[in-house]
Amino acid sequence: MATNQWWASESFWRKTAIWVTGGSMVVLMLLTMDTLSQISVGTTRVPAYSVINHRIEYKFDEQRRVQVPVIGVKEPLFGKELNEEEAEALVKLGKLTTQAKNCMNCHTLLGNGAYYAPDLTKAWLDQYWGTKEVREVQMVEFIKDPSDKLHNSVGRRMPKLGITDEEARGVVAFLKWMSSIDTNGFPYNFKSIEQEN
Amino acid sequence: MATLGICDSANLNGGQKLAVKYFTVAIVLLGAQVLFGLLAGLQYLYPDFLYGVLDFSVNRMVHINALVVWLLYGFLGSVYWLLEDESQHEVVGLKLGNLIFWVLTAAVTVVVLVYLLVQVGPGTESTIWLINEGREYIEAPRWADIGIVVSVLVVFYNVAATFNKGRYTGIAGVLVLDMLALFGIYLAGVFYTTNISIDQYWWWWVIHLWVEATWEVMVACIMAYGLMKVLGVRRKIVETWLYIEVALMFGSGILGLGHHYFWIGTPEYWFSIGGFFSALEPIPLVAMVVHAVFDAGARHAKNSNHPTMAWLIAHAFGNFFGAGVWGFMHTLPQINLYTHGTQWSASHGHLAFFGAYATIVIAMFYLAVQKWRGDVWMSGELPGNGWKWKWSLGLLNLGMVGMTVSMLVSGYVQSQIERAIEGSSWIGYFAAQSHHWFAQGMWWRELFGVMFALGFVLLVWDLMTIGRGEKRTMVPAESEA
Repeated sequence: MATNQWWASESFWRKTAIWVTGGSMVVLMLLTMDTLSQISVGTTRVPAYSVINHRIEYKFDEQRRVQVPVIGVKEPLFGKELNEEEAEALVKLGKLTTQAKNCMNCHTLLGNGAYYAPDLTKAWLDQYWGTKEVREVQMVEFIKDPSDKLHNSVGRRMPKLGITDEEARGVVAFLKWMSSIDTNGFPYNFKSIEQEN
Repeated sequence: MATLGICDSANLNGGQKLAVKYFTVAIVLLGAQVLFGLLAGLQYLYPDFLYGVLDFSVNRMVHINALVVWLLYGFLGSVYWLLEDESQHEVVGLKLGNLIFWVLTAAVTVVVLVYLLVQVGPGTESTIWLINEGREYIEAPRWADIGIVVSVLVVFYNVAATFNKGRYTGIAGVLVLDMLALFGIYLAGVFYTTNISIDQYWWWWVIHLWVEATWEVMVACIMAYGLMKVLGVRRKIVETWLYIEVALMFGSGILGLGHHYFWIGTPEYWFSIGGFFSALEPIPLVAMVVHAVFDAGARHAKNSNHPTMAWLIAHAFGNFFGAGVWGFMHTLPQINLYTHGTQWSASHGHLAFFGAYATIVIAMFYLAVQKWRGDVWMSGELPGNGWKWKWSLGLLNLGMVGMTVSMLVSGYVQSQIERAIEGSSWIGYFAAQSHHWFAQGMWWRELFGVMFALGFVLLVWDLMTIGRGEKRTMVPAESEA
């Protein structure tokens, strides 16, 4: 009977299952260690939180053939330059607020989440905010109470989530910092707000 | 002992008595999932519906959390169901198991009530501890995480210790190791970090290594048990297949994790690793189809429980199409660049979770009801020709396929207009959302959702009535030598 063949035997497949699983896990662990070192804060892929003191652009890179974030001239958020600690505290407040307000169950962040509202990966650079002069104020005001603001033609509105002024500033800082992460060209073909002087 | 035709707990062994409790909660949560899915779907059509009361984010969170928890309940129930059968030994810590069931269920209730009544909190860590962690699928607050970990450790202890004292079969070995991995991986999601790239890196460990690795192996174990039960397939055959499936699933699924690491800040080598291995992920699912269909065909589909057999076959195909084909369609980075985070994902998510997991848990429900009623007859010639289970099978599957295809149509529009042309800006997003093809897809999704809900109602009705007053006993599947 065919079951006498080695390739159809129980023990052969049991051993294969164990070795394949173990081997895959070892490879995943090694890759994880490498990846974590490449995406910790302060690397080229994931910049330090103080990047919010700078202009951030999203430009086409001839070599990589995708758009990549470019950190530009000094342009402190809310006109106030922060040191590394202060910047981290503000971004942390923003990140905690996005979790506490459950943003991810309407929006996507880095493309992950729900699909009821726009992706936030490059929200900081979105042309919707008008000009770069009014952007920060617009964003803070919108986040604090979006219920009466202009949204879209389909009638979908973001609810008022009880976000304080400080939390809203934190969220903007978080969004600005997130827009500086190198996401390998995602989103594709994004058209940024005009930022040249 | 067996009282034919009525639900009598004397018909069940200790583990099975506990299993039917898990199954009961699972069905209630499935109902919640369907309800909140319909509400969220309706908000796509009427955005002001429940605005400021139960916003989309809340409905959607309950929808997907109910999904995760009812399937976990279904799996824990299935494990307790087969435990004494497989091990030939009584569950060692049944009292503790019962206690933990109530603790876990109370915790789930509190979490859902807080989701619905409190909804959001201030931007502090205490919100993450007490209200909502705000991370899709694992929103449960930290206190509940700890409760979940303790509870599943108890279940794990019960399973491992019972097999140790009784018979350690091949299924037992795979199951114990799989549960250890499943519960261990959950810990990767129990922490806070401001760095969203690292946050999402570990978050995918939980989500992906659950649904595309350990859950798949879990259902492969349940499938092996189910085929032995209803068809009488030889243990040696199902266990050999189980090892093949484990090798293929973990071999493709563990590194297939890389397909979530294209765009979250992670290095470019994940393009090749994630693309290659995740493209292989459908292969074990083909193996499962071949396995199930061949075994059924070899016995001329002669089996002791028609609804269970039908749902097992639905599982084999649903898993292959939903997880395999629908996943493969957008797993390569060149395509995923445009489909990532669109209705494509929703389309795939629906068919995959239903096809791979809901189906097989429903198969277990029918297996449980049959024994609960004293091993009653559940093959052909049921009263009314078994119209209830057949119609609910049809409505649930057609409803799901309809929703999936509708969302895919919307997904095409979204990936074309928002992603490819407009570049995922605010304006681009709403240009796609307001396109009439997109809107039509959302309407069809809701209609098929109603069809699915009808199927669910019928399913519950059938589970409560099938075999009631039945005088014929089950003819056990003939075991091969």
